[in-house]
Amino acid sequence: MTTGGIRTVPASLAGVASTRPGQAPATLNTPIKIEVEGLNFYYGTKRALDGINIKIRQNLVTAFIGPSGCGKSTFLRTLNRMNDIIPATRVEGKVLIDDKSIYDSGVDVVALRRQVGMVFQKSNPFPKSIFENIAYGLRINGLTRSKAELADRVEESLKQAAIWEEVKDRLNESALALSGGQQQRLCIARALAIRPDILLMDEPASALDPIATQRIEELIYDLKKKYTIVIVTHNMQQAARVSDFTAFFWLGKLIEVDRTDRIFTAPAEKLTEDYVTGRCG
Amino acid sequence: MSTRALEWIIERLLFLCAALSVLTTAGIIIVLAIETVAFLREVPLLDFLTGTEWTPLFANQQFGVLPLVVGTMLVSAIAMAVALPMGLLSAIYLSEYSPSGFRRVVKPVLELLAGVPTVVYGYFALTFVTPLLQQVFPTLSGFNALSPGLVMGLMILPLVSSLSEDAMRAVPQGLREGSYALGATRMQTALKVVVPAAFSGITAAFILAVSRAVGETMIVAIAAGQQPRLTGNPFVPIETMTAYIVQVSLGDTPQGTIEYRTIFAVGMLLFLMTFTLNLISTWLRERFREEYA
Amino acid sequence: MRKHADLLFQLLSLATLLLALAALGALVYDIVSDGAGRLSWAFLNSYPSRNAENAGVYHALMGSIWVLALTAALALPVGVAAAIYLEEYGTRSRVAKFIELNIANLAAVPSIIYGLLGLGLFVRLMGMGQSVMAGAATLALLALPVVILSTREALRTVPNSIREGSYALGATKWQTIWNQVLPMATPGVLTGLILALSRAIGETAPLITIGALTYIPFAPDSVWSRFTVLPIQIFNWVSRPQADFHTNAAAAILVLLALLLTMNAIAIIVRDRYQRGVRA
Repeated sequence: MTTGGIRTVPASLAGVASTRPGQAPATLNTPIKIEVEGLNFYYGTKRALDGINIKIRQNLVTAFIGPSGCGKSTFLRTLNRMNDIIPATRVEGKVLIDDKSIYDSGVDVVALRRQVGMVFQKSNPFPKSIFENIAYGLRINGLTRSKAELADRVEESLKQAAIWEEVKDRLNESALALSGGQQQRLCIARALAIRPDILLMDEPASALDPIATQRIEELIYDLKKKYTIVIVTHNMQQAARVSDFTAFFWLGKLIEVDRTDRIFTAPAEKLTEDYVTGRCG
Repeated sequence: MSTRALEWIIERLLFLCAALSVLTTAGIIIVLAIETVAFLREVPLLDFLTGTEWTPLFANQQFGVLPLVVGTMLVSAIAMAVALPMGLLSAIYLSEYSPSGFRRVVKPVLELLAGVPTVVYGYFALTFVTPLLQQVFPTLSGFNALSPGLVMGLMILPLVSSLSEDAMRAVPQGLREGSYALGATRMQTALKVVVPAAFSGITAAFILAVSRAVGETMIVAIAAGQQPRLTGNPFVPIETMTAYIVQVSLGDTPQGTIEYRTIFAVGMLLFLMTFTLNLISTWLRERFREEYA
Repeated sequence: MRKHADLLFQLLSLATLLLALAALGALVYDIVSDGAGRLSWAFLNSYPSRNAENAGVYHALMGSIWVLALTAALALPVGVAAAIYLEEYGTRSRVAKFIELNIANLAAVPSIIYGLLGLGLFVRLMGMGQSVMAGAATLALLALPVVILSTREALRTVPNSIREGSYALGATKWQTIWNQVLPMATPGVLTGLILALSRAIGETAPLITIGALTYIPFAPDSVWSRFTVLPIQIFNWVSRPQADFHTNAAAAILVLLALLLTMNAIAIIVRDRYQRGVRA
């Protein structure tokens, strides 16, 4: 439905996107944390990402939306070089974090992953105790010097992920005994423990019930004060609720990226509008 | 030391452990070849392969290996005559007829047959089977080819059964259903559809079983005798290639003598025979997998 | 008519199956009835003797345990390392495929050939003599394909999401394998090891070939000492014409089978305990 050049979008989305607490436009002008130029990505000979250009700003939440198979998860994984694990993949173009290219030969991938943390779609806690799950990242990166410091850092991460109260009395129990939502918050705590700058979240709440989802979204809102967050979601309402910027992907191309309120009320591209109004995808 | 260097070293060490298998194969070939070559310098290859008298430990030394080879073949043939039909029938029953509960109980018990140490089978052959057979065949000698052959067949049966069953289970259910839909009985389906479809897989199983029989040592060392004899008669003592190697090893043969070298020459022949059989079996299994993968 | 044929065929196949099981039963019955009477504490504690009634299996039992322990110590680290390389590092390269081919082939080589290898390589060339070490090294080579195969299967059961979770935290490949993958695969690795050792304990031919003697009236006191093992002692006694020694052989077989049963029971217990520990 169009009225005089201003395209409209379902009231629910528009309402959510334009009335969020305390988010004045001025605070969206933070420095650029991640800059991507002309990124192409190949699985073997098949090109999965085509000429991606995007600037992701510090201490804000950027959401990637788009239909399944459009490349948003693949793109997310190029930001911490997790695709390196898959054989026969190739990257062209530039990805700069803090103005440094992360795909140069000689880049320490281990250090990169310490700086850029990741939370996966299906929570994957290690089959160890809750304490050990968090301590693992600290130990292998040699980030603490004493048992006391380790315990402190574990507590700090669990608090940051808003799960400390629920698990503080059973740190030595298996992480697999937690509910799905708790496991996902545990994985967030695990990622935060090594103090990254950037947190990549690949559909973090897609396997969770609505109450657990809400807690995760509240958590994301709190976390962005300290971290730069990039979240992939197939749930547009979630993107509208949680993010400051939204990037719309379609068949491996980045169609449009803009402030979330603009994407959901007055997108520039017709394809974007068709997608957010549910006419396609 | 930087983690990158450490990772590289660890990867090299792991690789060396994996490459050990190649070194083992090379080691086998080299060790056998060195002594076989030395042996063949004294005994012409043709005499070795075609001679009909094997008496390297006697005063009049003859080095024709045929009696040992024929002895091995005789026992293996008897073993196969037991293991192939019984193994295949068991496999057909387990794959096409048996309820799953029965199968779950019986299969592991059948596998037990494969887990019994061969020296135990040798004992069984000598002290139980031979006397039992002697009541049926009074001319049966105390050491013979029949008794160890039958027992070896029992030992190999689970191998034939389990591999044949795997092959038959890989045949798509659709083929069976097509046959049943035409009104065929389970027997007709099993024999006319499933077994032919699984043919290369079953043949691979058979050939592997033959290889196993040829290489088997203790059952024949205990129950078959130590008399190399070029014969097809299963009632008399014979000697197999493997039993000969054991016989010499039990003695005090010094290194560097031709007697010592004979065990390597016979070992080389044994290795080549089983290696060829294994190769054929693997090739057949690959072809079978391609058909149904 | 066809239905009759089908029923007959079904009965025939079932009868065949049951016949095989009956033969197994006959074997067990035969050995138990021959040897159970001879079993006693004295039997386990005595050394061999010309007099059948005084002879025991202590030396052979100790020899078996020494050889088995050393074989495990050699085969486990090397086998697990090889499996880790093939499963986590080298998949699909041509070299890896060649190695896999070798392993598959070695699994089907007759055990007596390994004995000849051991004789030429360990006993003579490397000068280990006819020692426990040479025997264990030979059996370790024999056991390697089994250990490698079952370790690889155990590694495959570890879900990839665990590896990814570890990498995302900045772990290196080896840190991920050592801290996450291997601990999760341990039950499968241990059961594979016990399976391999179950076969090794019954091996006779390769050890005879490398020179484990049939008359060793002492237990080993170091890895370099000469030795004998239970199966060889059984072979020795069975080869004697006197019926009394056959009785001893049957009793020794029962000892061997008891050892086998114990090992398999341990394998099952280990596997169950580990699975319970992993789950909440």
